[in-house]
Order: sequence, then C-alpha cells, then structure tokens
Amino acid sequence: MNWLLLLEQILNGFQLGLLLFLLAAGLTLVFGIMDMVNLAHGSLYMMGAYFCATFTGWTGSFLIGALLTLPAVFLLGVVVEIIALRTLYARDHLDQVMATFGLILFFNEATRLIWGPIGLVIPLPEFLNQTVEIIPGAPYPAFRLAIILVGFLVAGLLYLIVSRTKLGMLIRAGASNRDMIGALGINIRLLFTLVFGLGAALAGLAGLMAGPILSVEIGMGESILILTLVVIVIGGIGSIKGAFIAAILIGLIDTVGRSFLPEILDLVLPSQTAATAAPAISSMMIYLLMALVLAIKPQGLFPPKGVGR
Amino acid sequence: MLEVDAINSFYGQSQVLFNMSLTVKDGEVVTLMGRNGMGKTTTIRSIMGLTPARSGTIRFKNKEITSQPSYRIARLGIGLVPEGRLISPNLNVEENLIATANSGPNGSGRWNLETIWKMFPKLSERKSSMGNQISGGEQQMLAIARALMTNPDLLMLDEATEGLAPLIRQEIWSCLRDLKQEGQSILVIDKNLQALTEIADRHYVIEKGSVVWQGTSRMLLEDQTVKHQHLGV
Ligand SMILES: Nc1ncnc2c1ncn2[C@@H]1O[C@H](COP(=O)(O)OP(=O)(O)O)[C@@H](O)[C@H]1O
Ligand SMILES: [Mg+2]
Repeated sequence: MNWLLLLEQILNGFQLGLLLFLLAAGLTLVFGIMDMVNLAHGSLYMMGAYFCATFTGWTGSFLIGALLTLPAVFLLGVVVEIIALRTLYARDHLDQVMATFGLILFFNEATRLIWGPIGLVIPLPEFLNQTVEIIPGAPYPAFRLAIILVGFLVAGLLYLIVSRTKLGMLIRAGASNRDMIGALGINIRLLFTLVFGLGAALAGLAGLMAGPILSVEIGMGESILILTLVVIVIGGIGSIKGAFIAAILIGLIDTVGRSFLPEILDLVLPSQTAATAAPAISSMMIYLLMALVLAIKPQGLFPPKGVGR
Repeated sequence: MLEVDAINSFYGQSQVLFNMSLTVKDGEVVTLMGRNGMGKTTTIRSIMGLTPARSGTIRFKNKEITSQPSYRIARLGIGLVPEGRLISPNLNVEENLIATANSGPNGSGRWNLETIWKMFPKLSERKSSMGNQISGGEQQMLAIARALMTNPDLLMLDEATEGLAPLIRQEIWSCLRDLKQEGQSILVIDKNLQALTEIADRHYVIEKGSVVWQGTSRMLLEDQTVKHQHLGV
C-alpha cells in the first residue's frame, strides 16, 4: 500500500466532505425546520461559482470576489425565499419537489442567458496556486488545503451559532413548534428567511471554492445535490452535527474508496474480477452506506428530537 | 386591558366561536370556564392571532389586534402559557427561557433569569436538563416562566394544572396568587372551581362558543344552576 497516496487521498476526502457539509448544512436546516424539500439548493451553489467568477473578473482578485459573492448569494437566497419558497412551506413535499425542480431549470436557463453556454474559469492568486509540503515528500495543492481550513472554520462557527446563540436556540426550537415560537413574539417568517439566506450563503461558499478545482458550468449543482441529499439522509434530517459527520464520512469513503478499492478487492478476489468490479463498486459505495445506515437507523445517525411533528 | 368584542372564529368551515365577548381590566384575574370542546382554547387562540377571528374585534391596550400576526400581538404584551405546555424538547430549561425572552413592550420588564430562578427555585436546579427530561409539573412551571420572560402585561394560561398532582397544583395556584398581588393581569382557563374562585375577580362561563354566564366569585359560588348546568359540578 502506498501510504503517501493514502494520506493525500484522505486530505482530498476531507476536502470533498467539507464542501458537502457546507451544502448539507443549509439543506438540512431548511428541510428540518421548515419541513421543506429544496432541490434548487444546488442552483445556489452554482450561482456562488458564477458570481465569484464574475466578481473576480471585475476586481482582479479572487479574495475580493469571494467576499462579494457571500452577501450576493445571501441576498439571492432571501429573494428566492420571499418570492418563491415562502408560499411552498404549507404545501406537501411533492409540490415542493416540482416547484423547486422548476427553479433548477430557471436558474440553468438564466445562467445560459447571462453567462452563455460555455463554462467560466476562476483564476487563483499566486499564493493559492501552488503546492505546500505539509506531508514531507508529498506536495499538496495550497488551495485544497485552504478549502479544508475554511470548511473546518465555518463548521466551528456554525456549531457555535446553533449551540450558543439565541438565533441557534430559535432554529432548534423552531423545528419542534413553529406556532408556539410565534406566539412568544418571534417573527417566524423573518427567521425562516434569515435561515434560508444563511443556507444559501453556505452553498454559495461551497460553489465558489469548488469553482477553481472543478469547473464553473451550467448543471454543476445537480450532481453535487445528489451527494448532498445522501449526506443529510445519513446524518439525520435537520441535524447539523449529523450533516457534518455524514459529509466527512461520504467524502472519505468516496475519495479513498475510489483509489484503494481495486487494491483491497485484489486481496480477496481473482485479479481479473477485481479489476472489472472495482470501478462499479466504488461508485456505488456511498449508496451502499446509505442503505446500510437506513436499515439500522431509519431516521439517520442523529435524528433531531422534536422533528417529525 | 383586553376587550374581546363579539368575535366569530372558525376551523375551516366549522364555526367554533359565536359572538364571543369578554374583557380583562388592568390588574384583574379573570377566568374562562366551561366543559371540554366549548371553545375556551379557541378563544385564546383567536386573541393570540393563531386562529384569527373572522369577524368582531379584539383590542389590547386600546389597540386593535384582530388581524395582526401572532408575534406582533405577543410583542404588544401578551404572554401565552399554552394548553399542553409545548416546551421545546431539544432546548434545555435555561434555553427554553432565553430563546424567546424580551424585556417587554416598554423595555423595562422586571422578569429576567435572576428573578425567574428566585420565583421558581426548582427550575434553577434543573437549568441544564433538556425540556423533555423534566417532570410535568416542572414543564408547567417552565411554560409559565417562559411566558413571564417576555414580560407581558397580560398573562394567559390554558389548563395550567391539567394532569398534575394536587401538591403541584397548589404550587401553581400560589404562584398565580403572588403574580396577582404584584398587579399582573391574568386570563386563566381551568376546571378547578374552588381554587379559581379564591384567586380570580371575575368569571366567564362559555357554552358552544358564547358566554352564557358572567359574574364575580361570590356570584358563581352561590349560583347552583350555572355550576350544575354548565360546569358539571
Ligand atoms: N384544530 C382544529 N380543527 C378543527 N376543529 C377544532 C380544532 N381545534 C378545536 N376544534 C373544535 O373546536 C371546538 C372547540 O375546541 P376548544 O376551543 O379546543 O375547546 P376547549 O378548549 O373549550 O376544550 C371543539 O368542538 C373542537 O373539536
Ligand atoms: Mg382547551
């Protein structure tokens, strides 16, 4: 076994996991608190990437572009919530799925109109566009390392907000009883709008960080949305902690699995069979994990109390 | 303080309140009595804006609140202790109090964590227990404390002693007595005639969504008909 490669793949796993967490955090809050299925969450991720590409082009600086993108996606989320989603909270899940699927089409077409059919590139500044040797002998891209750091930082911040602040208490309480919170003087609509905006900003952050390593293109939100849904289902819908653990788990299994499954299978299967089975199995692994978790804990790893009115 | 004037309220097509009227004056303790399903909770829900009245008017401190969203009504100074308590299970006792706390309509309320712990020493011992890990009596105290933490001018309690042991009921009554002494206006729904006549100034008895009797504690104690016909005593 190649240990350096393994370490590198573990870092990649964390990086994917943290990106997934940024997406899953918003999605799981909206799902858990407002009981709302929002398929268009991936579109906000895409908008994060496109906004960042545009702002970076205008200002010539990726960092300023990124800093402008966050409030822009927050505002976009707030507008989408007020115009489109607010009216859907009281509807059943199928209506929500249809309507937010419509939003995906809308965002994809709007993006095509505004930015054109060809993808964009987000150029990285020099200091992020190099490698660092945190593991001696294995240079690792500085930008991927930055994603990991930012991901952990935001996760910690989110944890503090949810566990220590009044907003966090209301987020947790809102999941168990909306009417009561309203009758005690809290403007639930405003709370929901803020939470949605926060979720949008996190999705935008994931998008702007994924942009430079994947590619900024129409439809980039859809494939990652599927992974994100797997994450929140495994983690337990509505649970930030669950989303974090499941996201890291999925990130690691997907990345490490893809590069090491052939070797592992080789140990137990004839090498011919192993070589053909490995790619198929590795792309299924996260779904196998999901099936396994749901078989044992149908509500996910951390079903939040009080959800499921 | 509160004037409910001939309101009609519905759940979907079915009408539950018919020209329901009542008033609570400054510093008064007023009760709403009547058998199950007569519309007591609906009256409170209508006042709170949770089941808005379709017609009629509700005024609080001389402001019309009939079609206001419930968070605005609460902010004007009404504190609700709902039927079934509705404590957040995933917040601890202290968080349940803080999450919705505010300093009252004029920003100078006297209730804060310190004064609440003094009034409910049992709650202060369970500060960090989750909302669903405390006893029914403690949950009820918490629901009252949570409403007080919004520093309301009017406190409304819906079946606050329902399902509690006699000793704990006594604690809740004595807590209400203390609040009354301090001049707190209270609207209370309960079935406990004896305790209510000792604490409250006036009573409304409702039947199928309208008031069929009103009067003072003394009048209620002496009126055998109303007790028999409408309260099942
Ligand atoms: N959410 C609801 N939907 C439909 N009908 C309801 C609802 N809540 C209460 N009702 C009906 O309204 C009537 C009054 O209920 P309620 O105000 O809860 O009575 P009370 O508090 O006096 O026991 C009852 O007939 C009850 O069945
Ligand atoms: Mg009732």
